[in-house]
Amino acid sequence: MYVAVKGGERAINNAHRLLAEQRRGDKDVSEIQTDQIEQQLSLSVTRVMAEGSLYDRDLAALAIKQARGDLIEAIFLMRAYRTTLPRFAFSNPTKTAEMDVSRRISATFKDLPGGQILGPTFDYTHRLLDFTLMANGENPADAPSAENPVDDHMPRVLDDILNYEGLIQDEPTPVDEDAPVADLTREPVKFPAGRDLRLQNLSRGDEGFILALGYSTQRGYANSHAFVGEIRYGTVSVEIEPEELGFPIDIGDIELTECETVNKFKGSKTKLPQFTRGYGLVFGQNERKSISMALVDRAMRADEMGEQIMGPAQDSEFVMEHSDNVQSTGFVEHIKLPHYVDFQGELELVRRMRTEVEARLAKAEADNSNPQTEAAE
Amino acid sequence: MTAKAAPTKATDHLRTDDDAIAARQRWMGVLARTDQATLEAEWTDKFGDVSWKHLREPQIGMVMVRSRAGGAGQRFNLGEMTVTRCAVTLADGTVGHSYVKGRDRIQAQYAALFDAVMLRDQAASTFIDTLAEKQATAKRDHARKVAATKVDFFTLVRGEDE
Repeated sequence: MYVAVKGGERAINNAHRLLAEQRRGDKDVSEIQTDQIEQQLSLSVTRVMAEGSLYDRDLAALAIKQARGDLIEAIFLMRAYRTTLPRFAFSNPTKTAEMDVSRRISATFKDLPGGQILGPTFDYTHRLLDFTLMANGENPADAPSAENPVDDHMPRVLDDILNYEGLIQDEPTPVDEDAPVADLTREPVKFPAGRDLRLQNLSRGDEGFILALGYSTQRGYANSHAFVGEIRYGTVSVEIEPEELGFPIDIGDIELTECETVNKFKGSKTKLPQFTRGYGLVFGQNERKSISMALVDRAMRADEMGEQIMGPAQDSEFVMEHSDNVQSTGFVEHIKLPHYVDFQGELELVRRMRTEVEARLAKAEADNSNPQTEAAE
Repeated sequence: MTAKAAPTKATDHLRTDDDAIAARQRWMGVLARTDQATLEAEWTDKFGDVSWKHLREPQIGMVMVRSRAGGAGQRFNLGEMTVTRCAVTLADGTVGHSYVKGRDRIQAQYAALFDAVMLRDQAASTFIDTLAEKQATAKRDHARKVAATKVDFFTLVRGEDE
């Protein structure tokens, strides 16, 4: 039997009107503006840009407002919007070595050139609710300024300090500049996936998922004991080379957080032991994500390092197929949508099976209550 | 204005081209970081009578941002950013271009117009210098606040050495 699903139109319209009303909330409370979200919920904005894989602060703020603060829904909106835009160009690789840092720390070297720069961080706060934010609002005094600005080009811990003695692996060199760069937004993902594809996937992957996997590597589900060599957060300029100009131009700044981990060393009887690397890079200020990404990047290099696969974080296919929260939420949540016909099929099958079993049981019971007949047979 | 010496070496010509490109890169970068209102006000005030037309209407699109593993290794696609581009032609045929971060069509249009008048006769160089200075000051002010969060380690001596 075919069951037509019709008649939902009015209900759907009214549901969306109710949604809009609930989004607005109590009308005696002033409406939140997208520029307030952009400025004052900037870390939500950052996450939506990173996982929406589209850097645009205003759009992310709008998406957060529209989604009532549901960040995964907001990420979905960003992903949908980006499909409407043409792609003009690929940028030249960002120069994170030349980042204008707002924060830069190393957990491995205390006295590093350029210094430990804390920047705007939650670290070392007491995690006590600050009720003055609720009662009096916020009106902080200007942050203090030092006499001199931070250094322009901060040396990199891994490349400029550790690698000086050859103590850490180089990024695989020479880099083939003509090699195509994989792009999961344009071609289907195939396994085994190269590191380019893995890094793209991780950078737009769900923060919670990447965090949990990163944590699992620390708990023993991948033997890659990691230190944070360096974290830097700040702005880099983006450079493109438009065909009509024939030279690179600078189109503005974006914020990035970069994390480089120093991992367990590798060597043999003939090869000097060296530390290995993990790399994390995400849009905006997001240290938790960039550290987690570096941990998982390193774990996923198991094949390259000849390591035994012992945990899910090392299994690129598992990680990459489940890291995308828009994909995950789509499949998980779609089962709440009408499945009347599918279910009807299942229902009929179960009913038929039950009838068959009931018939068999009834027959068995009848036979049991008349054992002699059975014996005689 | 000082006249440039005639090229004496084969590379001099190249060098001048490079200088011209470097100068244009600088002002395009400055314009890309300047908001619509500032650009529009200056244009209306100083260049309102310049006649021009769109060669390419402002168009919103994206740039795929690339980075390198470990900052120096294999390239990968990090994610996209919104970008607006525009091209304009002045009455004398000078073509100005712009590519600016974000989705502001008007900003992109004025950035292209200023690029054109700069190419034509450097007419906006004072304006560009002022903007560049403002941007440098803002950057420096921020970098000084950041510098105030630098850790000054000192060691506490505890216990006594025998």
